[in-house]
Amino acid sequence: MEGLKVSDANLVVYVHPSKSNKVPQAVLRELSSLLFRFNESFDGVVLAYDVQIQDKIAKILPGFHPHFGVKLKAKLLLFAPKPNMLLEGKVVKLTERSIHVIVLGFSSAIITGEDIREDFNHKIKHGDELFASRSQKRHVIKVGTMIRFLVKSFDEERLHISGSLLPANTGSIRWLARHSEDFSVSDRSTRKRSESEGELVGGETYSLNNDHQIKKSKKHRIRE
Amino acid sequence: MGAEEFGYNVEAQTFNEMEDDDFNHFSDSELVYHVRDALNSVSSGDCDSYNQLVGVMHHSKGLAPDEVALLVTSLKALSGAVSYIDISLHEALLSSIFDMNMWNYGPDVMDALLGLIISLASSNGKYVESCLEMLVSSFTPPFSFIDLLKQPRGIAKKDQVLSRVHLALKHIADLVPLAPSKLCPIISRKMPIYEKEPMVVVYAENMLKLESGAIGEFVSSTMLMALMDTLIDLDVDIGWDGILHDDSSKGIFQMEIEDMDEFADYDEEDGTEDILLQFPRELSRKSLGGNSTAEKLDSLMVLTFEHLKSCEASGRLTEVFEPLLDSFRITVLTAYKSKFAQFVMFYACALDPENCGVRFAVLLADIFACEDYPLSFRMSAVAYLASYLSRGNFLSAPLVASILKRLVDWCFEYCNRKGGEMNPTSHRLFYSGCQAIMYVLCFRMKSMIDVAWFKPHLLLIEQILKHKLSPLKVCLPSVVEEFCRQAEAAQLFTSSEEFNFNDLLESEHSRAFGGMERLDMFFPFDPCLLKKSDRFIRPHFVYWSMVRPPYDDDECISDEDVVEEELDLDVSKMSITPRNPLSYWISNGLEEPRGMPARIRPSTSPESL
Repeated sequence: MEGLKVSDANLVVYVHPSKSNKVPQAVLRELSSLLFRFNESFDGVVLAYDVQIQDKIAKILPGFHPHFGVKLKAKLLLFAPKPNMLLEGKVVKLTERSIHVIVLGFSSAIITGEDIREDFNHKIKHGDELFASRSQKRHVIKVGTMIRFLVKSFDEERLHISGSLLPANTGSIRWLARHSEDFSVSDRSTRKRSESEGELVGGETYSLNNDHQIKKSKKHRIRE
Repeated sequence: MGAEEFGYNVEAQTFNEMEDDDFNHFSDSELVYHVRDALNSVSSGDCDSYNQLVGVMHHSKGLAPDEVALLVTSLKALSGAVSYIDISLHEALLSSIFDMNMWNYGPDVMDALLGLIISLASSNGKYVESCLEMLVSSFTPPFSFIDLLKQPRGIAKKDQVLSRVHLALKHIADLVPLAPSKLCPIISRKMPIYEKEPMVVVYAENMLKLESGAIGEFVSSTMLMALMDTLIDLDVDIGWDGILHDDSSKGIFQMEIEDMDEFADYDEEDGTEDILLQFPRELSRKSLGGNSTAEKLDSLMVLTFEHLKSCEASGRLTEVFEPLLDSFRITVLTAYKSKFAQFVMFYACALDPENCGVRFAVLLADIFACEDYPLSFRMSAVAYLASYLSRGNFLSAPLVASILKRLVDWCFEYCNRKGGEMNPTSHRLFYSGCQAIMYVLCFRMKSMIDVAWFKPHLLLIEQILKHKLSPLKVCLPSVVEEFCRQAEAAQLFTSSEEFNFNDLLESEHSRAFGGMERLDMFFPFDPCLLKKSDRFIRPHFVYWSMVRPPYDDDECISDEDVVEEELDLDVSKMSITPRNPLSYWISNGLEEPRGMPARIRPSTSPESL
């Protein structure tokens, strides 16, 4: 899956003097406030961080409250979907005119009727709604299916994705994996990788490994 | 008028058209195309069918069956065409949808409306917040419904609406995982705290329903904290501290008088109210109206207690207790002399003394001992601790002893470390610690003497109290006096010293160490004066009249003892109230020389005897 990258960031966190006896907590709290929000300077949504405080000495800012700047080096896992990237997600709802998908457990995506290719036909089988390919009988999308889709647009403020199933290399991941030779998925992603500046992480394994961590931090944030 | 009639005709015409469409010619999907075209045509300037659609959304009250059918069909067709709705082009349509009130419609319209809301929320991130706001607005009924809420019909309607609203919230959370994080601030913001009591209660019911519901995992702690914030907000709105300062006994008693039907008393209390030419009945109602905040708070507290009870039954109490504890630490403890909200903690502890009860006591002791907290919070914490340890009948003697040991050790170390002469202001914390120890012992002298391992620590107390810092001269005279009396009877001290305070409730020194906030006089778990909440607290509560001080064994039987003995018969029922509360209070509270402060005198509640 595209859209995930790890960035090395040099950060300075300004800690309030009242937190001077628990700097590590204050730093983590500050970094946690970045989670699940789009951040322009990182050009992505921070999903996880791994932080190292660089120096025991921090620069004190003169002022009414003498905040002090703690220098950090952090590895940030960023989610930055751009138009034409391929994302993967789980179908949570399916109607005749839309497919609702959740990506990485937190970002919702919708694929509307016009963005579903003609090949897919809406059917109701045993009371469950599904989309089945007309040409490939076994290619089926229903609630619970993991699908790969193309990003049309990404609402950075609300983390809402608008997607498309028009290209032939989109659809049920399981089906695509079995018929991968038909579609040049790998070609696309290598091209993408060389285009973007940051270190892109391709492949499912990485995202799966991080899935657990991501979900955990999401709960953490909401509870805060 | 003419315009309205015209509008109606147009709509009626549309309806006929659509009815035909629906049943005779058009399938569901064709209907969706029809709505889609109506939406699309707005951009090209042709708004006729769009306006008709908006008009349909404005149908609200007293709908005929055909109008209901039209509304349901339109809503369903719209949910099929949500991706064609544009936030700026179709503003009128969106605002009319979001203005629809669930309570005005029957089940069919409700279902269709919620279907549309769910589709809107999941179709585009921009609508999530508006959709959630709309659902939260449906938590409370329109004003016209208030009286209906108590009737079976109203209750049925409430169930119909709220079960659907909560289901919709769950669906939205399933489709938009970040929705709960947006929901929490909306709920806190929309809390109708200044509305009438039934509204606030229904709203709080919804919050608790969310807390224990399907998305509770994400919103539980925020809901509980928001509820506690509301309780505190209401609590600080009830201002009887002024009365308390002038005359403590009246202040404590005032709320109880409210429960009685003797409105005559009221006029005396609220003599400052405008005396207009009113019927006596109205006058009294007006005086009560001033305390509607107390009633509101009372109902909310009862709701919270019931929720805690249900949590206990389902084994979730420890889970729920953590956010409550946080909330207590952040809001209740820091609020200036909170009067009632802390009883939520008391009740939660009473339900599960082994876990919650211990956690609470340890937290308070930790705050008292922790130098990171500001001084006044630490003093508040120890006041809470003293009052809690004294009043909770569910707390075991070993637990009380172990917490007291911490306090005694802390005070002893303070004496050794700081030393110095008596100075009420600079050693405030120390004096509040000493007063807490004495206060708890006033209530629990006998049981503490029975705890064998605590004996050496009890003996330390003498050294603390006789230190040059002279806490006995500084702490509240009424507490000191009662403590000395009991200590003497229990032969706790080797040498006795006479203190003559002339039966003062407070002294110059105690005022000085209490500071502006009068934390010297702060006993947060004194009898709960809220009528309905008291029912929950009473079985777990130690009233002063239930305490048998050690000197009782030896002394001749005084009048009060007679009262107490009579009352002892009733201990099983825990209703320890003299026959005539008012006269008892005056004779015992104001004139009786023996001096515990008025606030820790026996609780007197008119309903119990």
